[in-house]
Amino acid sequence: MSKADETARAPKLPKAPTGISGLDEITDGGLPRGRTTLICGSAGCGKTLLAMEFLVRGAVQFGETGVFMAFEESAQELAQNVRSLGFDLDELSARNKLVIDYVHVDRNEIEETGAYDLEGLFIRLALAIDSIGAKRVVLDTLETLFGGLSNPAILRSELRRLFRWLKDRGVTTIITGERGDGTLTRQGLEEYVSDCVILLDHRVDEQRSTRRLRIVKYRGSYHGTNEYPFLIDQAGISVLPITSVGLQHKASRERLSSGVPLLDRMLGGQGYYRGSSILVSGTAGTGKTSLAAHLVDAACRRGERCLYFAFEESQDQMVRNMRSIGIDLAPWLAKGLLSFHASRPSLLGLESHLVAMHKTVVTSAPSVVVVDPITNLISVGSEHEVNAMLLRLLDFLKSEQITAFFTALTAGGSALEKTDVAISSLIDTWILLRSIESAGERNRGLYVLKSRGMAHSNQIREFVLTDKGVELVEVYVGPEGVLTGSMREAQEARERAADTARQQEIDRKQRDLGRRRTALQAQIAALQTEFEAVEEESQVMVSADRAREEELARDRTSMAERRGGDRKASLPQARPGGSKQERFTKRARS
Amino acid sequence: MNTMPVDDTQEIWELRLYTAGQTPKSIAAFNNLTRICEQYLAGRYRIEVIDLLQNPKLARDEQIVAIPTLIRNLPEPIRKIIGDLSDTERALVGLQLRRADG
Repeated sequence: MSKADETARAPKLPKAPTGISGLDEITDGGLPRGRTTLICGSAGCGKTLLAMEFLVRGAVQFGETGVFMAFEESAQELAQNVRSLGFDLDELSARNKLVIDYVHVDRNEIEETGAYDLEGLFIRLALAIDSIGAKRVVLDTLETLFGGLSNPAILRSELRRLFRWLKDRGVTTIITGERGDGTLTRQGLEEYVSDCVILLDHRVDEQRSTRRLRIVKYRGSYHGTNEYPFLIDQAGISVLPITSVGLQHKASRERLSSGVPLLDRMLGGQGYYRGSSILVSGTAGTGKTSLAAHLVDAACRRGERCLYFAFEESQDQMVRNMRSIGIDLAPWLAKGLLSFHASRPSLLGLESHLVAMHKTVVTSAPSVVVVDPITNLISVGSEHEVNAMLLRLLDFLKSEQITAFFTALTAGGSALEKTDVAISSLIDTWILLRSIESAGERNRGLYVLKSRGMAHSNQIREFVLTDKGVELVEVYVGPEGVLTGSMREAQEARERAADTARQQEIDRKQRDLGRRRTALQAQIAALQTEFEAVEEESQVMVSADRAREEELARDRTSMAERRGGDRKASLPQARPGGSKQERFTKRARS
Repeated sequence: MNTMPVDDTQEIWELRLYTAGQTPKSIAAFNNLTRICEQYLAGRYRIEVIDLLQNPKLARDEQIVAIPTLIRNLPEPIRKIIGDLSDTERALVGLQLRRADG
């Protein structure tokens, strides 16, 4: 049997879910049940809060009551501190869901005289656990004991006993400890806790703080090993658990209109793919936000939810500005289909932005997410960091089948086909907006640089902002090169004029032809009439000749008969008749 | 001057010894306490031994962590001494029967 099989068959370590968003994913289900977890970190990194949330969520969501043994803050202070996170400790205590015991140890008030143990602490803990049948215990922080009591040998042996005791009681325990110099905790608490150690960190980079969490060890369990950013806000702690950056997301075949009919046509006729990532990059003022607004408007029209992260404009400003191009976002805001999250990038650290965005996306489950613009985030982190962050965000959005629309500002003068944040390889559809300067004016051009999985147009279109939204116009490509704007219009006018002239010439020629036809037809008719007259005359003469001929023939016959012959008069009849007819014809012609 | 009692009023001393069962440390503490009291406070002290196993709530109310703990309720201010009182010198300082600077 291979080792992998063994681990698969071995019963999974029982876990106590924390209910903290993201943490359960990283720990593969929660903290080790019935064991002790150490949470360590420097002052103010959120240890107490994490521990408290573990208890509160245990009590509220999982029906596991808890004991909070506080060594640093009184129950009252604690209740005040966590009220801002929406935890009502007084109410939980009243419902016997939670017991808070404040252990006050002050060296100045205590004289040590010989051997002692910490049985008092055990008694208090046992009392608190038994009074509500607690399944979870937090000790925050035992290190205070080292400050209050001066005999470390006794303390250490007693702590060892305490952890064994907690294990025997089967309670899931969190102990907290402050980070020491080169050690996880000042008093080396990690020596006693071998099951699970979580390290919290609070770093400040260029005046911006980012909280991070890392699981240092978790015996007998799979766990994420990275540093995960986390956020503390009104709803408690949320950890961003982007653990598997796998490429397993489904690819939708459904298409999504860009809101601009001509752009849809450029994108294989139907627009973007649902769940794909779209980047619109361009220099300042090329209409990136307008394209975003079109997409949002189209999605809201279909009744889909949209989320707009604006790093440059406030919600009100966006609504006003978009109205000027004929897009009214206000109704969608009122209906709750569109929600804006406008903030300055410098408000939070990069990771915190990511966590905040992640959280907003999870809670509002949109079908389209716009980040406008991503390049502003660079002011917060380095290019590498921003890249990593966007990768995480994109992966998350893709796994949720959410269409992501990013705008990127390209600095003037730099290569257009290079985004500041080198994320182009992560992008499915990349639309480039550029300004085309010619003849003393600046016009906008749009083209699809790439679009995975569809036959997209290779044409440059002129991008015109009208009061009815974005319009795409085919640029003039001719012997004079690519023309846009008024140059294009002038060229078009010239061509129209030339067209008209040509048309007039054709008309004129056709009229001419008609006239000649009429004239010739008249001539033909006259000749015809003349011919008919001649024909008639000829026929009259012919018939007169015939009549005379017949008369002559009769005369000859009667003459012959008179001369007395029985000869037939038929044979000689032809010759004299012929010569006479010749004479007649000559006369008629003259 | 090293045995001069700090307290020379005729007040009754109220002392409470908190224990957790009959452990060797508790028994030692009680014996040591009785010895000190007999020596310095003969006739004007009262010792109450409280077994926290019988009455665990008191551990919380009195903020007791270590066992054994001796609390001097009277005379005021309240003093808290932990340990089995085998270190007589420190016990005397703790009870303010002797100045700390000795």
